[in-house]
Amino acid sequence: MQMLDVRLRQIPMPELPVEERIRTFSEVALGYTEEQALAEASRCLQCSQPLCVELCPIHVDIPGFIRLIRLGNYEEAYKIIRQKNPLPSICGRVCPHEKLCAMGCKNIGEPINIGALERFVADYGLRRGIRDLDTKPFTGKSVAIVGSGPAGLSVAAELARMGHHVVIFEALHELGGVLVYGIPEFRLPKEIVKQEINYIMGLGVEIKTNIVIGRTLTIDDLFEEGFNAVFLGTGAGLPKLLNIPGENLCGVYSLNEFLIRVNLMKAYLFPYKSKTPIKVKGKVAVLGARGMDAARCAIRLGAEEVCLFYQRRIVGRKDDIRRGVEEGVKLQPLTKPIKIIGNEDGWVKAVELKRLKPINATYPSPFPEPSLEFLYNAGTVIIANEHIPNTIAAMNTLKRIRIREREKTIIVNPVTLEATKGVFAGGDVVSGASSVIKAIETGRRAAQSIDRYLTGNS
Amino acid sequence: MVNEIVFKEELAPRIKRINVRNPVIARKSKSGQFVILRVEEDGERIPLTLIDWDPKDGTITLVFKEVGATTKKLGELEVGDTIHDLVGPLGNPGEIMYYGRVCIVGGGVAIASAYERARRLKDVGNNIVAIIGAETAKSIIYREEFRRLSNALYITTDDGSEGVKGYVSYVLTELLSSGERFDLVYAVGPVRMMEAISKATKPYGIKTIVSLNSLMVDGTGMCGCCRVTVGGKTMFTCVDGPEFDAHLVDFKELEARLGMYSEEEKLVLNLAEGAGCRC
Repeated sequence: MQMLDVRLRQIPMPELPVEERIRTFSEVALGYTEEQALAEASRCLQCSQPLCVELCPIHVDIPGFIRLIRLGNYEEAYKIIRQKNPLPSICGRVCPHEKLCAMGCKNIGEPINIGALERFVADYGLRRGIRDLDTKPFTGKSVAIVGSGPAGLSVAAELARMGHHVVIFEALHELGGVLVYGIPEFRLPKEIVKQEINYIMGLGVEIKTNIVIGRTLTIDDLFEEGFNAVFLGTGAGLPKLLNIPGENLCGVYSLNEFLIRVNLMKAYLFPYKSKTPIKVKGKVAVLGARGMDAARCAIRLGAEEVCLFYQRRIVGRKDDIRRGVEEGVKLQPLTKPIKIIGNEDGWVKAVELKRLKPINATYPSPFPEPSLEFLYNAGTVIIANEHIPNTIAAMNTLKRIRIREREKTIIVNPVTLEATKGVFAGGDVVSGASSVIKAIETGRRAAQSIDRYLTGNS
Repeated sequence: MVNEIVFKEELAPRIKRINVRNPVIARKSKSGQFVILRVEEDGERIPLTLIDWDPKDGTITLVFKEVGATTKKLGELEVGDTIHDLVGPLGNPGEIMYYGRVCIVGGGVAIASAYERARRLKDVGNNIVAIIGAETAKSIIYREEFRRLSNALYITTDDGSEGVKGYVSYVLTELLSSGERFDLVYAVGPVRMMEAISKATKPYGIKTIVSLNSLMVDGTGMCGCCRVTVGGKTMFTCVDGPEFDAHLVDFKELEARLGMYSEEEKLVLNLAEGAGCRC
């Protein structure tokens, strides 16, 4: 009976104890040990028609690499993942597996913890510096990639393997896009991002930081410099505020500003190892469903209390939401901010919110509505509303790149991902804010399409 | 080497001018734009207005006052040293066209930016009246350059050590009430100065442009740290500005936001000067 129980449940991923987590930015999930990985791998049914592979946006051979884990052949397992996934150690950490591959797991009981196994194998490969992807001989063509986030990195890796010369242009001083400015260290250590990027640079990809395409150079300049094609992977990094009174008070952050200060600029090391400050005063109100990462940062920065106000559903992985709650983030569903209230010095002191009625059309409540408005005394507010695509790269060019009026997304041919002749786009700048794995998927697709464009096999 | 300092000069106490090699930025720069830089690996990102650029030479000119830890560190770099990160040109270029009679107002270290704009406006035929001011005579920069360029130059100092004792806004108010008229007033400097200039020109309905010095992090529209209310709407100084119609800017909010990290700024400055340690 007990044996069966073990097979039904996932081997839990070891984690830092909560008391420790709330004081540091060290990674929370510690990864499987070899024994744990073997035990979890042994749960896989090795289906002949694996649904997990189908549900994975990039169709990694999941049963294949799990089989190799069982055999103890981690190196081959790593190579299998690498064939499809250019950023496996990252996906092993940030992919919402429970909503993708693991949904297709036919195991009785809990699905296989595919993410944890992927991470185990990927970290094994990264640590040992295993490299196996060959690059084809130089084709004589070169491609400029704008943005070094997951979309750009994926396109770059693929095109480099195909033998094209690839240069990535990054606006910030650091590579990785949302992986470095958006996702906190405790979910995705920046050392891992660096190693993954080093792997891709090892394929011959060239990097140029501190270049804002659209400003420092334009798309036209890139073609003039001899690039044969351009890929825009500039992400969805522009904040959209709520348009409520009091948003510009001191102590009110956009989600992006908060995360950029903490993650990219490492404000949690202020004042000694970082010179970028951040202010977390008193209670922190995080407004919006995308705010869990910021809420968890605020806890670590010593907030008196952190409340996450959102309407219906929090955006994020199940594990991360659970961990956030364990760390002390208070969830306030069915709430909507009305205005932010300040003191005489222009600093925030409270947020006025409204309670929403739960949707229940079948059984409307027979009771009178409770008082709907309430105040939350906050010293810091983080607005975690939507993000919109960053299309600054499409500025100052003669190329006709069309942008959707409302969503601000770049319009592309859905098959070829071509925006205009020679200019391709993918990732969040085309889809609107989405996930790392979707960006990788379109990145790979764009690479195929760019290759066809360059070699004339279209 | 890219980002290498090729020239350095002290213009006034704590105010320095540097020329930095960066051919790409030098080729693209336009009046009113700025760069963002990081002096060292763990440094913060700060914006500085482009004062000059030489596409042939591949260099840009920056002028800064050592007020915080970062500008102090920047001031410590010598010719031959390199700036860790430098990105630009950012922001929208200003409008360089013929207006007629233009009043250029500059305060403190921003006199350098004022001079940059005065020069461009002069080049297209505008008649320039300049009012520049600082705390004391020693801190007035670009004095001779302004003298050569402007049709009339007024200097003010807080302590009266040179020119008119008082603020630049006094002179402008004076000029306006004595019947002077301008087709454009361009002001750059401390927030209170720009606010006073804006107040002075408003009753006369004179088009007044200010260049804002909001706090910034990325400078490309990503963080919104630099947001400012202009005409009741939230704007990002980095991508919507940095120049705005002065009569529409909420200066009170701007000033509050600029002071958001004053305690932290003091702390790092003390640390940099070795005075922070009390152990």
